[in-house]
Parts: sequence; structure tokens; C-alpha cells
Amino acid sequence: MADKLTTMKEAIGLYVRDGASVCIEGFTAFICFAAGHEIIRQKKRNLTLIRMTPDLIYDQMVAAGVARKIVFSYLGNPGVGALHCLRRAIEKGSPAPLELEEYSHYGMVGRYIAGASKLPFFPLRSYLGSDLPGVNGRIRFVDSPYGDGMVAVVPPLTPDITIVHAQRADSNGNAQLWGLLGAQKEAAFAAKNVIVVAEEIVDEATIRSDPNRTLIPGIIVEAVVHEPFGAHPSYVQGYYDRDNEFYLKWDELSRDEDGVQKWLDEWVYAVADRSEYLRKVGKETLERLRPPSAPAAAVDYGTYR
Amino acid sequence: MNDAKSQASDDYTPSEMMIISAARALAGVRTVFVGVGLPNIACNAARRTVAPDLELIYESGVFGARPERQPLSIGDPTLVTGATSVVSMADLFGFYLQGGLVEVALLGGAQIDRHGNLNSSVIGDYRRPSVRLPGSGGAIEIAINAQRVFVVMQLKRRAFVEKLDFLTSPGHLSESDRGRRAGIPSEGSQLVITDKAVFDFANSEREMQLVSRHPGCSVEQIVDEIGWNLRIADAARLTTPPTEKELSIVRDCRRNAGRSD
Repeated sequence: MADKLTTMKEAIGLYVRDGASVCIEGFTAFICFAAGHEIIRQKKRNLTLIRMTPDLIYDQMVAAGVARKIVFSYLGNPGVGALHCLRRAIEKGSPAPLELEEYSHYGMVGRYIAGASKLPFFPLRSYLGSDLPGVNGRIRFVDSPYGDGMVAVVPPLTPDITIVHAQRADSNGNAQLWGLLGAQKEAAFAAKNVIVVAEEIVDEATIRSDPNRTLIPGIIVEAVVHEPFGAHPSYVQGYYDRDNEFYLKWDELSRDEDGVQKWLDEWVYAVADRSEYLRKVGKETLERLRPPSAPAAAVDYGTYR
Repeated sequence: MNDAKSQASDDYTPSEMMIISAARALAGVRTVFVGVGLPNIACNAARRTVAPDLELIYESGVFGARPERQPLSIGDPTLVTGATSVVSMADLFGFYLQGGLVEVALLGGAQIDRHGNLNSSVIGDYRRPSVRLPGSGGAIEIAINAQRVFVVMQLKRRAFVEKLDFLTSPGHLSESDRGRRAGIPSEGSQLVITDKAVFDFANSEREMQLVSRHPGCSVEQIVDEIGWNLRIADAARLTTPPTEKELSIVRDCRRNAGRSD
């Protein structure tokens, strides 16, 4: 079996090219900040950033100047408030103007599904009466060919690269996730290339012991990166909680453009890799985020010979 | 009930009155689509009072959440642990929401108009906004597919406007656009629950009307916060003040709520 294990530095260097469309999915959970920070460190430029919820990671990436455009459906700091860097880019064109392509959540999910299954569009019951189709011409309406009225459609979305964070994967990229599944599977199948980042690298037998949990098969994966706490300050179900103190702190510090650049200098540019970042975050914080255990009852697949 | 717990209290905030009004409106409801912030608290309070069988549905993919702490956001891990089912967002929006399983959805916005249409996208021009707001999230398809919508938001003149800067999620649309509701399964906005009053749309024009004002809020104070000539329902009444029991449950639900409200 192919061993695709590599470092984040190599994976980003190889698969994220200037001008590429990049999707780092994960709905509140599993947000791969480790990948985002490496993209910033490697000074990638003119990227199209794709995510339903840009969250802090795209706020940081836009502030760092990697993006030319974002494709999204909800621009907020979840449970806290606004994303100030993105607001500055949109309202003031600072540090640079940002092109927007905006959908609703189901529209984005539908775009990934159409992209993943090579369909020309995805139909959904949405957008009727909304002003959004008026500012995004790619949201359209078609008459149902079966004569039951109008339905909204969205076009396929096929990112050049999708980066998905998982609890565990084997070195071939077979990845297992549990918790909020968001649209990670759809975004991965829609992409031309996939990088899987995992909290733990396990052997193939562990994956095969629970095949229902394999969301992403290695066959669509180019590179596998082992990066414990790679989603901090977001969370990974059963591994660590969201570092909400950081989400609140970002709300304060990101109001000031200079403050953001100082933060990027200290926490991204001056840091060689994720291990150094984690040393800086400190054991105490990481321990504080570990939840008490709540294992699922075991399931029995049976042996059939 | 004559015990102290059922006594009316006069020691509460307008925001608590709003949460309690929203919780009461969920009496007997089986499935609710929960939004961020105060709706979260209202739904959890409703489950402990008037709607014990209420199933909480979150757009993050959770059906039948049993949160052990007040969720920090709609994607909090406490919503996952102990839930009935956690699914992909494709399944949540496709099968649960579009499939018609959501009885009531709670929505909010930065602006609302007299027909319950909501703006959560921009203040000012879309291309050059003075304030860029979060956008739809799931709100557009929630407004279109939930059987009924309750809007929960603070009553403020800058929010209750004659004309929206941008129509993100359709309520009853305008009278000239009403034909476009033909393809919309939802019955649309039924209630607007605020910190000063409750409104409904129970008239042939589907126009927001005052049905209940909270204790201490005069009609004048309410009308002052609204950017159009407000209708007042014939049967408009005074909201029953919170009981001690309702207040203690809401306060308990808000503990550890961070800044989510």
C-alpha cells in the first residue's frame, strides 16, 4: 500500500500553487489551522479560498494576503461575532480588495455534491424571494422537467485542493471521522487533490475494523500529514475542545490591523512548524482542552468466511 | 400552583423576557431548528418547561441534541455527545430540513421589514457595504423549508425598517412579490419575539402587528422603535410576566453561555 505520509511543509509546497482554489473544510470542528498557517508561511498568493464558514482561519489567511477571492456562505466568528479582517477587506479593500462569491450553506453543500458526482448542477429548494441570486448570477432557477414548478440550482464546485482534518488515518490516506461531519466528505470527493491531516496515524487493520467510519478513502488522497492538535484553536471531537479563549481574544486583537500583523509575525512567520506552535501554546492550555472520555458502545461486524 | 415558583417576578431583564416568550411559543412543538445565541437558550429552556419532547436540530448536522453545557456556537462538541443522530450537512439540509421534518425554526437578522423578510447580509450596498454582516448561513433554506418560522431579535429602530438594505431570507415578501411564494413550502414567519413585545402576521396582508407587549413597555415605546406605521391587533394584550421557575431555568441555561448572546 502506498505510503503517503509527509510533512505539512512538503504537502503544502507540492500541492498548493499560487492562484489555486483551496478548500479547508470542517464546520466549527476539524478546521485545519496547521495547514492554513503553513500556507501563510510559504507566502502563497492569489488563492481562491473556499469554505462554508471562513472562520478565524480565513480571517488570518486574508489578513496575511494569500487570497484574491473567497467562496463562502457564512462570515462569522462562531458564537462570538464578526470576522474583522474579512470585514476590513470587504468594506475598505484593506489590505487588498477581495472578490466574493456567496451562497447559502445548502448551496455550498450542493456545489460540492455536484462537483464530486460530476453533475452539471445541484437542485435545491432555496433562494426563492432572496436578493442573493441577484448578486450571484451563478445561482439560477430552472423549471422542473417533471412539471412541478421552479427549483433553484447551483453549479459544481471542484477545488484544486481540499484539506481535511480527521481523528485518524492510515498512511495511505484512509481517513475516519466522527462528530460534526459538515461537508468534509463532499468537499474531498469534489477536489482534484486531497490532503488528509490526522490527529493519529493508525495501521490499516484499525481502519478495516470499522469501515463505516471511513469517510474518505485513500484512493482520492495525495498526501497524509500527522499533526496532533492540528485543528487548534478549533476542536476535534473526543480529542480536544475549542479554545474559546482564543476565539474571544481574536475578536479583540483582530480589530486592529497592526495587531493582526504582529500576531501573524509571532505565531505564524516566526514559528517553524506546528510542533513549535504547540510548544508556544503550552502544555497547560492543551491539557485544559482535553475532554473527559465518552466512548461509544462497540459494534460487531462479525466474521464471514 | 400556589408555590413561590409559579409567582410572577418583577426582577428580570428585557432579554430574559424575550427568551421566556420564545420558550413559551414552543409549547407542544416537537422539532425545532435552533439558531445561534439567544434562540439556543430559549430552546433549551423550552425543553425543560413547556416542550419536554422538543427535539433540537442544528444546521451543523445534529438531530436530538442533549447539550450538557450551554453551547458556545451551533457547532459546539457538547451538541454531538449524547445526541440521537449526527449526520452530514447534506443529510441535515436535504432529508431533515427540505424533507419537512422541521416544525419551527428560530431565525434572527440585522434588519426585518413589515412582512417578516430578513436581512443578515449587508448594511448599505452589497458591493460596497458600510457593514458586512455574516450572510445567510442556512437561513435562506431554513426560511423556505421549515414549516413555520419564529423570528427572535431585539426591538430597535435601526433593525425594524421600512425597507431592507438586502433581502437575505424571505418572510411573506412584499405584496407585489407575493406570487413568488408559490414555490415556498414554509408558512413563513408566524411570530416576531422581541425584548419589548411580540408581533404576529395574522391578517390578510401578512403584515406585522402588535399582539402582546411586555410589562413596562408602552405602545408608544414600541411604536417608536419601528420604522413604519405599525398595526396593533384588536386583541393585543399584556405579556404574562416571567414566573420564578421560568427565570431560574433561563438563568441556569445561560450559565457558561460565554458571549454567544
